[in-house]
Amino acid sequence: MGKGQGSAWRGGALGVAAVAAAMGMALPAQAEEVFKLGVVTFLSGQAAESFGVPAGNAAKLLVDVFNKGVAPKPYDKKGFGGMRIDMVMIDEAGGATKQVQELRNLYQRENVDAVVGYIGSGDCLAVSPAAEEMKKLLVLMDCGTPRIFEEASYKYVFRTASHAAMDNVALARYIKSRKVKADTMNLINQDYAWGQDSRTDFVGAMQQMNPAAKAQADLLPKFGSGQYNSEISALALQPADIVYSSLWGGDLQAFLLQATPRGLFAKSQLVLSAADHAFPSLGEKTPNGIIFGARGAYGILAQKSALNDWFWKTYQDAHGPAAVVQASYRMAQSLMGVKLAVEKAMAAAGGKKPTPEQIAEALANSEWESPGGPVRMALANGHQAIQNIAIGRTRWDAGKKMVMAEDIQHFKAECVNPPANMKSLDWIKAGFPGAKCD
Amino acid sequence: MNANLAITIAVDGVVYASWLFIVSLGLTLVFGVLKILNMAHGSVYAVGAYMAASVVGLMASRGMPLPLSLLAMLFAAAGVAAILGPLLERGLLARFYGRDEVLLLLVTYALFLMLEDGTKLVWGVNPYYVSEPYGLFGNVSIGTLSFVGYDFAMVGLAVLCGIGTWFGLNRTVAGKIVLAVIHNPEMSASMGVNVNRVYSAAFSAGVFLAALGGAFTAPMISVQPGISVSVIIVSFAVVIIGGLGSIEGAAIGALIVGLARAAAVHMMPEVELFSIYLVMTAVLVFRPEGIFQAVKARLI
Repeated sequence: MGKGQGSAWRGGALGVAAVAAAMGMALPAQAEEVFKLGVVTFLSGQAAESFGVPAGNAAKLLVDVFNKGVAPKPYDKKGFGGMRIDMVMIDEAGGATKQVQELRNLYQRENVDAVVGYIGSGDCLAVSPAAEEMKKLLVLMDCGTPRIFEEASYKYVFRTASHAAMDNVALARYIKSRKVKADTMNLINQDYAWGQDSRTDFVGAMQQMNPAAKAQADLLPKFGSGQYNSEISALALQPADIVYSSLWGGDLQAFLLQATPRGLFAKSQLVLSAADHAFPSLGEKTPNGIIFGARGAYGILAQKSALNDWFWKTYQDAHGPAAVVQASYRMAQSLMGVKLAVEKAMAAAGGKKPTPEQIAEALANSEWESPGGPVRMALANGHQAIQNIAIGRTRWDAGKKMVMAEDIQHFKAECVNPPANMKSLDWIKAGFPGAKCD
Repeated sequence: MNANLAITIAVDGVVYASWLFIVSLGLTLVFGVLKILNMAHGSVYAVGAYMAASVVGLMASRGMPLPLSLLAMLFAAAGVAAILGPLLERGLLARFYGRDEVLLLLVTYALFLMLEDGTKLVWGVNPYYVSEPYGLFGNVSIGTLSFVGYDFAMVGLAVLCGIGTWFGLNRTVAGKIVLAVIHNPEMSASMGVNVNRVYSAAFSAGVFLAALGGAFTAPMISVQPGISVSVIIVSFAVVIIGGLGSIEGAAIGALIVGLARAAAVHMMPEVELFSIYLVMTAVLVFRPEGIFQAVKARLI
């Protein structure tokens, strides 16, 4: 081998090395990198059937279609920007203290790049400071309490769904818009944060809509009570124009099963704030004409769109013909938001796997389309989402063997969510200043 | 308080008490004979509910007459007792007899956790509904209110369970043997009584009552994971008020709890849960051993 040949070889080798090095900058991120995603949802306990398992099913489904690159645009890139998503799913059951420990395990032992999940408000309140302290990305996907961002400020924590004030303001607006007589109200809510906050928001919103509206029976059965004979008697003894409830899951189902044969809903209009998840199981036992919300424009209340049609069909193909419920939608919209944020951050980082800081910057103030409609990270310095919501009435469709929604009214996010500079309860008490309902 | 409200509180209280009594009766029977505070009692209640839901659902799918579902629920509870009773008592609890009572309490707590996961493995996390039997007895009007007849059938069932258990213990030879074992197992064994068999039978009877409560509650609830927790907590309050190991105590305890809860819901709903424990505390202050439990001298 002569000198010239040696130089040429060395030159070629250096060229290849240079190309490889250049490619090496991008290749691991685009073809070999893995984005490890922690997903936390109730896999056991009373919230599992209503919320946890549907959310978990949606997470598995979305991660699968993302990894295969078969989701519709703009979610059609494989994985997260070419990085394969490796999901670790854990159970949310066990209480807030356990969840903080589990979150630390996810970040420090499983080395996840981000955590998406949490349904319980107490869990959300507990894990948010822990994620912030560890400087790790945490995306809350469902929990209802407004307190998370109204009482604290975070850099690494986001919530990709509206908080619970929206549900009750929309119900009050629907009742007024449909001229439902509601001068008197009976209330039955579970005796913990969700039930008490929902009751306060609903009564406040109703009194803004109709200052003469008066609460009568105000019942707070304990969570998981199961037996409602006394409560139903109390509600029937002082019949009101409406009976409002934020009950959910087995408690809601038991209440409906026990109250319907006693004729309670023939005396009062039933109004439920978050009930869609109960109808697929109850089927034809669901009373017709219940005014209900689904914590968004979800499932049987969703507006027609190509993305919603795709999500509904893909979910049903995987999990059977029952209606797709709110928790599945909320998980889907969360993962879609995170996917777009990761891809935006990746592009800004020259194709490298983004850091939590870069993803957080991309997710803050972002907007995206979800099966339930547009989502905007508009509150809490871009860390809290607002979204549209729909309210309707139940009707059993014997042909489809499914509870359907009729007389649906959609509300824009800006109509039912507080502005960025106000706490939700202050906003309700002040008469919804800045609300845009046209 | 007007008469209508008083009657409503009484009816609601008795209906709630009947459900509580059936479950608490099993708990107090097991404690009376085996001296075990059985934390797994609520899980057995849940298994009874699941079993009844499965059997009644199967019957409905085959178009069998609805009244037969009552028999099916009874047999579902008996089936649970026949399988789980001897299995749990002989297979697990018997290995810890003679050990510290606290250890036995922890063993039954472990059993509670295992049965919780076991029901999820068998029945999954989705709810079961068998509400059809709930309409079998029609409606009953009392005052201005309509009640479901099934709830009064539960009162009848509770009375039957109470009388049956009392009669079985006090008026039959087998019952006398059980009472002898309760008073002094060593002496009973020396007289030729098969104490282990008595323990197994008593535990199975307790399991049957818990499963029966679950089976007949199934038509009015959504049967799903978590139903065991609330029942066991209130049942403990009932047997503590009435006196651990006393049938009459369980009946009175259930009535007190039922009426206290109903009165609180109607008149001061914010203290509903507190009312039960307020009553329990008041009883414990004046009768630490419960209303019907006599103070016992130590044997040695």
